[in-house]
Amino acid sequence: MNSLIPLLVAAPLAGAALLLLGGRRLDRFGHWLATLLAATSFGFGLALFADLLGRPGDDRTLHETLYSWIPVNGFQADVAFQLDQLSIVFVLLISGVGTLIHLYSVGYMAHDERRRRFFGYLNLFLAAMLLLVLADNYLLLYVGWEGVGLASYLLIGFWQHKPSAATAAKKAFLVNRVGDIGLSIAIMLMFTTFGSFTFGPVFGAAGDAGESRLTAIGLMLLLAACGKSAQVPLQSWLGDAMEGPTPVSALIHAATMVTAGVYLITRSSAIFNLAPDAQLVVVVVGTVTLLYGAIVGCAKDDIKKALAGSTMSQIGYMILAAGLGPIGYAFAIMHLVTHGFFKAGLFLGAGSVMHGMNDEVDMRHFGGLRKYMPITFVTFGLGYLAIIGFPGLSGFFSKDKIIEAAFAKGGTEGWILGTCALIGAAVTAFYMTRVMLMTFFGEKRWQPDAEGHQPHPHESPSTMTLPMIVLAFGSVFAGGLFVYGDSFVNWLEPVTGHAEGDSPLTPLTVTLITTALMVVGVAISYAMYGRSPVPVEAPKGSLLTRAARRDLMQDEINHAVLVRPGTGLVASLVFFDSKAVDGFVNGLAATIGGLSGRLRRMQTGFVRSYALSMFGGTLVLVATTLLMRSV
Amino acid sequence: MNPVNYLYLAALLFTIGASGVLVRRNAIVLFMCVELMLNASNLALVTFSRLHGNLDGQIIAFFTMVVAAAEVVVGLAIIVSIFRTRHSASVDDSNLMKL
Amino acid sequence: MTSTGEAVQFWVLAVIAVGGALGMLLMKKAVHSALCLAATMLALAVCYLAQGAVFLGVVQIVVYTGAIMMLFLFVVMLVGVTSADSLKEQLKGQRVAAVVCGLGFGVLLIAGIANAKLDHFTGLTEANAEGNVQGLARLIFTKYVWAFEVTGALLITAAVGAMVLTHRERVRAAATQRELAAQRVRDNIQVPPMPAPGVYARHNAVDIPGLLPDGTIAEDSVMGTLRERGQIRDVSRQMLERMAELEESTADRLGRPSSARPPVTGPRRELETVPTKPAPATDVKEETE
Repeated sequence: MNSLIPLLVAAPLAGAALLLLGGRRLDRFGHWLATLLAATSFGFGLALFADLLGRPGDDRTLHETLYSWIPVNGFQADVAFQLDQLSIVFVLLISGVGTLIHLYSVGYMAHDERRRRFFGYLNLFLAAMLLLVLADNYLLLYVGWEGVGLASYLLIGFWQHKPSAATAAKKAFLVNRVGDIGLSIAIMLMFTTFGSFTFGPVFGAAGDAGESRLTAIGLMLLLAACGKSAQVPLQSWLGDAMEGPTPVSALIHAATMVTAGVYLITRSSAIFNLAPDAQLVVVVVGTVTLLYGAIVGCAKDDIKKALAGSTMSQIGYMILAAGLGPIGYAFAIMHLVTHGFFKAGLFLGAGSVMHGMNDEVDMRHFGGLRKYMPITFVTFGLGYLAIIGFPGLSGFFSKDKIIEAAFAKGGTEGWILGTCALIGAAVTAFYMTRVMLMTFFGEKRWQPDAEGHQPHPHESPSTMTLPMIVLAFGSVFAGGLFVYGDSFVNWLEPVTGHAEGDSPLTPLTVTLITTALMVVGVAISYAMYGRSPVPVEAPKGSLLTRAARRDLMQDEINHAVLVRPGTGLVASLVFFDSKAVDGFVNGLAATIGGLSGRLRRMQTGFVRSYALSMFGGTLVLVATTLLMRSV
Repeated sequence: MNPVNYLYLAALLFTIGASGVLVRRNAIVLFMCVELMLNASNLALVTFSRLHGNLDGQIIAFFTMVVAAAEVVVGLAIIVSIFRTRHSASVDDSNLMKL
Repeated sequence: MTSTGEAVQFWVLAVIAVGGALGMLLMKKAVHSALCLAATMLALAVCYLAQGAVFLGVVQIVVYTGAIMMLFLFVVMLVGVTSADSLKEQLKGQRVAAVVCGLGFGVLLIAGIANAKLDHFTGLTEANAEGNVQGLARLIFTKYVWAFEVTGALLITAAVGAMVLTHRERVRAAATQRELAAQRVRDNIQVPPMPAPGVYARHNAVDIPGLLPDGTIAEDSVMGTLRERGQIRDVSRQMLERMAELEESTADRLGRPSSARPPVTGPRRELETVPTKPAPATDVKEETE
């Protein structure tokens, strides 16, 4: 069974190689090939899952060493895979949702000239992401980490003819680089501390290392997680990343890649558990981001950007849960999976709406679409109910658990975190209701597109609706399935550990408060957007609204804090280089050149001049000889 | 008279020859000046031979003559070939080596 | 101390040698320089003889003056046509520097010799006891035999070198006279023969150019070498004057009026002013006849 593990990565990698190198002859069936290979990977994942289920709880970790990558004395890096309970969850999510989105893309990208390339990139992403979650050491994980970054860059900028897409891709790449530096530093620290970066030895030796060293590693890992998962302060790229095709937003920037940070923190639980300071920073980052994303999501009129804000916010929940330690890891992963379902579903729904509305993204130009796109409406609605935590649906269970865990942190911290999480839940209900109302309800506010074509909304083809339906099922039932008999927590416990927190509130109280706040959020939103007509042009709005529309000034802050000083520093360095360094070098060269130019004049080419200098030399010699004799 | 006077004569002739090398431009005259310098040194050698009372000085003067003969042969050959190509015997015209 | 005779000889020879050297240095023409140098060398040869270096003295005359200097003259004749050396210096400061260096060097050398303690000299009486040539031969073939052999190699090398340097490979057959003539017609340069030198066949020296009909000289009638050297002897003016005189005297003799001559143009017009006979007398004569 172990030998199946490399095939999980190999199948989509082969697809990427075939599609990207195969040329035009693959244009006709390449997309189906890619979908088939993604499904193959999912099939292998299911087989391995069945295998793991058949084993006892403490024997569910499989290792498979493919080959020795860098065998140097004292530095051993293998291409080796580790499949355990945590990895298999990710494998199933990535390959499952990935396959669905491949299927969806077949319809969505049907008219794109560069469809083959798109599917090649999607397969490349799948391979890299699976490598990331299957690696048994941090160095190989880093390879996958960079691979998903590359795939993300390529896919955000897929419509590279749009300057905005090209810029967004560059922005995402650069911001991710900052995080990647964190990961590389963390790996170096691990190597100097433990002499290895393989999971087993590192986690085994974590107890012997000093806490300050572990905190440093933890903070560097957190930096990496922030970059990949769009957490404050490296959040600025995610909103712009919506320039990519919608299936990409659904797969990479909602369901899978952006959750890699959560995976990293959960995977490194052994390190974080021993570094409370690092955990505190993780919790703070998660809390700030969940509120930040929620606020941004409230103000955006672009449906994808509103969903992107929501993604940030939901990942903030996961990071918060992961920062809580053993009481939260399992819930972080659980929310990750349910979020993967409903957020992917929501994005696919948004893509379906755009597909029917001439690629319009402004929600103020939607309205009343429920009659024209019934399937999209129902699946999107189910995803909406799931994310706001409607009782009985996936989000209800997973988010509820995180809020409970936040309270269970204990003390003042617990109260603050819990309250913030509750506020976040209310705001989530508000902005998601806003999206729902502006898109599917109310009167039609449709606008002709740039060429004057009036939109004719219609239901999308079955390749697009089928994945949406499957994901809607996931959104509805996954949560209940996971909490039934604590199956999910028990499944993950051998890897992440689990502890029951000491919550000041009973679970029932938390559930009631959460539900009440959700109802309040929905009610406010209905009062603002359901009762009165939505203006086609965005009103000026309050100061906060205007700031939130501009992502709470994230770009301005980055510009002021990083870009301007950086530009100044570089300018001064350039000045120093061009004036001082070049001045010295050029001055030296000019001096020698000038001197040589003068010396060159002595070489007249006239024999008699040379004879004269020779004669003069003899004169000096004779004079010296006589002088020495006489002395 | 002291034979040292021959040395003074040699020094004078040598200096005149050297000045000639510096002043004249005709390659042939230049060569003649070199010959004059060689002759002056020969005179000095012969005089030294007489001063010391052995013949080694004369032997060296003899060798000088032989070498001078060889030098003249080659030098004049060079002058002839330069004249053939450049139609000039002035040493100032042969300054292709300068920049 | 040497004999008075040698002293007298020395001073005479020294004057000749220095004079020859200065002459070589200052003469404008290479031929003159070569002759001056030959004089110096001869004087030096006598100096050698006087100092007991009999063999060297003879070699100096035979080899140096006789062979090498003749080689020089030969080359001067070969290439020296245009080699009259203008004594105008072209390198800036060269002459001044040369004079300063020369003076300094000479002063230093002479001062050095004057400082040396050379009061006593041995003389070659003992060394030349069995003869100067025998003494030299003994040294050359014993002590200096190796140097002597090497000198032989050097001479061979020099001879080969001279041949290599001056040898010209002929890459095609030399043009015949017929081909040269045909070429001249093709190029249309100087198709008729060059004008002959000499004026009215009264001068047959090669350096006197022929005259053109208008009385100017034909430069082409003198060979290029003489032209290069500026050795054309232009006698046209004198000749024209004499022609005018001749015409006058002929007119007198035949009793022809001198004004019957056609009007002259060109350079000869100047000669019209040559006074031959007072004009009124001619008029009177005409009237009387």
